[in-house]
Amino acid sequence: MLKIENLHARVDEAEILKGLSLEIPAGEVHAVMGPNGAGKSTLSYVLTGRGGYEVTQGSASLDGEDLLALAPNERAARGVFLSFQYPLEIPGVPALTFVRTALNAQRKARGEPEIAAPQFLKLAREKAAALKIDFDMLKRPLNVGFSGGEKKRMEIFQMSLLEPRLLILDETDSGLDVDALRIVSEGVNALRGPERSMLVITHYQRLLDYIRPDRVHVLSGGRIVASGGPELALELEREGYERYARAA
Amino acid sequence: MSLAEAIRERDVSRLPSRRDEDWRWTDLRGLIRQAPEPSAPLAADRVGEGPFSSLAGRTLVVANGRGPAPLQIEGEAVIAVDFVSAGDGGHAAALSLTVAPGATLILLESYRGEGGYLSHAALSIALGEGARVERVVLADASADAVEVSQAEVALSPGAAFAQTLLTSGARRQRIETRLRHAGGQAEARLDGVYLLAGKRHADLTSVVTHAAMHGATSQLAKGVVRDQARAVFQGRIVVAEHADHTEARMGHHALILSDQAEVDAKPELEIYADDVACAHGNSIGVLDEEALFYMRQRGLPEGQARALLTEAFVGEVIDRIGHDGAREIARAWAAERLQA
Repeated sequence: MLKIENLHARVDEAEILKGLSLEIPAGEVHAVMGPNGAGKSTLSYVLTGRGGYEVTQGSASLDGEDLLALAPNERAARGVFLSFQYPLEIPGVPALTFVRTALNAQRKARGEPEIAAPQFLKLAREKAAALKIDFDMLKRPLNVGFSGGEKKRMEIFQMSLLEPRLLILDETDSGLDVDALRIVSEGVNALRGPERSMLVITHYQRLLDYIRPDRVHVLSGGRIVASGGPELALELEREGYERYARAA
Repeated sequence: MSLAEAIRERDVSRLPSRRDEDWRWTDLRGLIRQAPEPSAPLAADRVGEGPFSSLAGRTLVVANGRGPAPLQIEGEAVIAVDFVSAGDGGHAAALSLTVAPGATLILLESYRGEGGYLSHAALSIALGEGARVERVVLADASADAVEVSQAEVALSPGAAFAQTLLTSGARRQRIETRLRHAGGQAEARLDGVYLLAGKRHADLTSVVTHAAMHGATSQLAKGVVRDQARAVFQGRIVVAEHADHTEARMGHHALILSDQAEVDAKPELEIYADDVACAHGNSIGVLDEEALFYMRQRGLPEGQARALLTEAFVGEVIDRIGHDGAREIARAWAAERLQA
């Protein structure tokens, strides 16, 4: 599924990723944990093609296809979805209109027919109910005036409709109370499947109580410095990142 | 009206120039070196159909300045006025509308044409007590034309006037509204949308005078300029002495989508009364790159993301159009112009 090799990337003059390698096989959930400034968000942005990041070395591929050569929307059409740490507000565009437009743009890029409005509405109602999203909220401009928790729920709502193959969750737990965290996690867990991989980026172990990872990696100083099973997250929670900061 | 006279008498020295403070961003004198010949009459088979003809009970065509007699509106009416121009000549038209007390008028006005014409339209709209008028203006002039439309609106007590101007500009174009709250308790909404590309120019100028108490004015203008286009927004609200309890709100917001496009804005509030609630806001900016990336991450190609954001930006103004059919035409017009 996702294969990252010796990735180097910089913002302006500062090198943030310094030889990051990571492989996530199909069907697996991998967590990347690390201290602030380790390069966690940079990793998510480089994988999705945000401007301002320059890849100077290395590669990232999805099922053998070079991701870095594709435009952000082409990556999305191939199934890459980033749940933003801070989802953007889209004034004037109702949430439902936005998701339908996005879904149809992806389908068009893949050569599939557009989804008909009634079929889309039915699907949207189901997914919204599962995430305890008030359907009226979907008629409001996307994320405008939404609380932090509502925005995160909207991210998972979009994810469940777009059905990506590679999910990247960037600090999805930030700003969520325990109830919201449970709902969001259930939404993510419902998407787990043999053909879908997840990259869960988080500072805290808390999220991993809800979204159980197959593997945990420690990102420090722009590289993966340690990898292990779920127990590694617990160890980090107990002992902190300090010794990995030294290792980096 | 000096501009109409200048056209009729073919006297370029009387055209407004940048020395007139009010016209400094829409200089006609410097643009037009030689007065055009008077426009020839336009054959009926060259007029075609205006954008609002399917919505109106009655359509008045003003072809190359040859226009209708003054109109009296009683009861309820939906009237389309279609200003059509062709050729490279000059012409001026005048239309006077009197709306009887308590009457309701939907006025659907359009401007369209082909050629390098110089055209002027003068409208006078008088609202009787409690009369209601919604005016929607769709201006799709020729890229080579110079066009000026000037409307004088007078509100009697309790009258309500709502206006939405939609324009794609011209070689040089000005759409001007002068509105007077002559009677108290009257309401006015003066909105506008400009979507300019190429080398087009549009100037939305308005002067609202509150001369009576308890009047309300709400103004929202939004526009998008790209290429080498230029937009001008001049909005002045004057609250006269003793026009207390006036509520006035003015907003103008523009998006500039290229380095060479330009927007000049001059919002002005002149308040001589003591007890009023007035506010204005003005912003000129670019599309939010973060929002664009977010949309692209969800699968929208860049052009589509930009179009959706800009459509939503001006959609706020279009949503305020009360007449359903006109609102849909306005929305389709904007969508077509904002496609990448």
